[in-house]
Amino acid sequence: MNKSIDPRVNRIDFPEEVTEKKELDQWETWEVFHQRKRGEQHEHAGIVHAPNAEMALVMAKETFGRRGHTANIWVVQSMHVHSTGYEDDDMFATTPEKIYREAGGYKVMEKINKYKKEQQ
Amino acid sequence: MDTNTAIKELLYKIADDQLVIGHRNSEWTGLGPILEEDIAFSSMAQDKLGQSQAIYNILNSMGEQDADTLAFMRNAAQFHCNHLVEMPIGGYDFSLIRHFLFDHAEWLRFDMLMNSSFEPIAKLARKYRGEIKYHIMHADVWLKQLGNATEESHNRMQTALDNSFNKALGIFETGPHEEQLKSEKIFEGEEILKQIWLKKISPIIELANLELPAESAWNPSLGGRAGKHTEYLQPLLDEMTEVFKIDPSAEW
Repeated sequence: MNKSIDPRVNRIDFPEEVTEKKELDQWETWEVFHQRKRGEQHEHAGIVHAPNAEMALVMAKETFGRRGHTANIWVVQSMHVHSTGYEDDDMFATTPEKIYREAGGYKVMEKINKYKKEQQ
Repeated sequence: MDTNTAIKELLYKIADDQLVIGHRNSEWTGLGPILEEDIAFSSMAQDKLGQSQAIYNILNSMGEQDADTLAFMRNAAQFHCNHLVEMPIGGYDFSLIRHFLFDHAEWLRFDMLMNSSFEPIAKLARKYRGEIKYHIMHADVWLKQLGNATEESHNRMQTALDNSFNKALGIFETGPHEEQLKSEKIFEGEEILKQIWLKKISPIIELANLELPAESAWNPSLGGRAGKHTEYLQPLLDEMTEVFKIDPSAEW
């Protein structure tokens, strides 16, 4: 046995039999929303496990805010997110055809892109 | 005694503490209690290494050797870290308590150093303020969580606190140049730092439903600043420097 006290060298005792755990057997999940710069939209970044909002924010900071720029982070308990059903996704079927609803479909697209570029 | 000698003493102990606790905490990488916490703890360990490197760079600019040589080529007797940071990671209870006790001291030390007359360290203290703010936020949240959760978690945190506290008091071991650092307004001194630290951590410990050991039992674990260490430091250094020492001149 190596004399190292680093547990990565001498692995701590793992149980021989690994039993499968129930889903969410410990902490609930929180949805994380990440804002890059003040004034920009918060964007969904992913999920963290935490027992309360305070812990969720602490986990979210390093999990989703440790690279690049961050101005602000929101967390919301997953159970508070309501969604449409995938069985109803035919509601959206014809939307991609309605390009007249997209600003990008107009002749000003070039101008828009130029403007966007300037804003970056 | 010239000012540079006094400043170097101060910088060495800060950087050595950060390097050693950074290495220790990195030993949790891959073994953290949950994925998110594994990421957070590893990331903070990296922060500590980065902070130590920045301070070794200041030392280098004052005529000491370069950061890699300072980090990897000294033996235990040449290190000035305190005994708390040398201890093996133990259980997560101990590692969290150490993180709490040490990082609050670091936060307050940097808070003082922001106004230091030695501009390079004042600048660095301002730069890393936000980084360390997260470290203490993380420590406080975990302390409150586990101190107030189950009987087992509470007892384990209390035991870890009882077992760590005298080593934590060793953070504030005074050095030979203390008076000079004070009179030249470089650093306000270990004793006042300790008093502010006690004032800062006490209400958080109370919120966590934990108790500081009775003052009659306080017995600071001293010697680290003068190169006298626990049996755990040299094996840590041997391990940390193993790859570097295969070929110290290698380009990375």
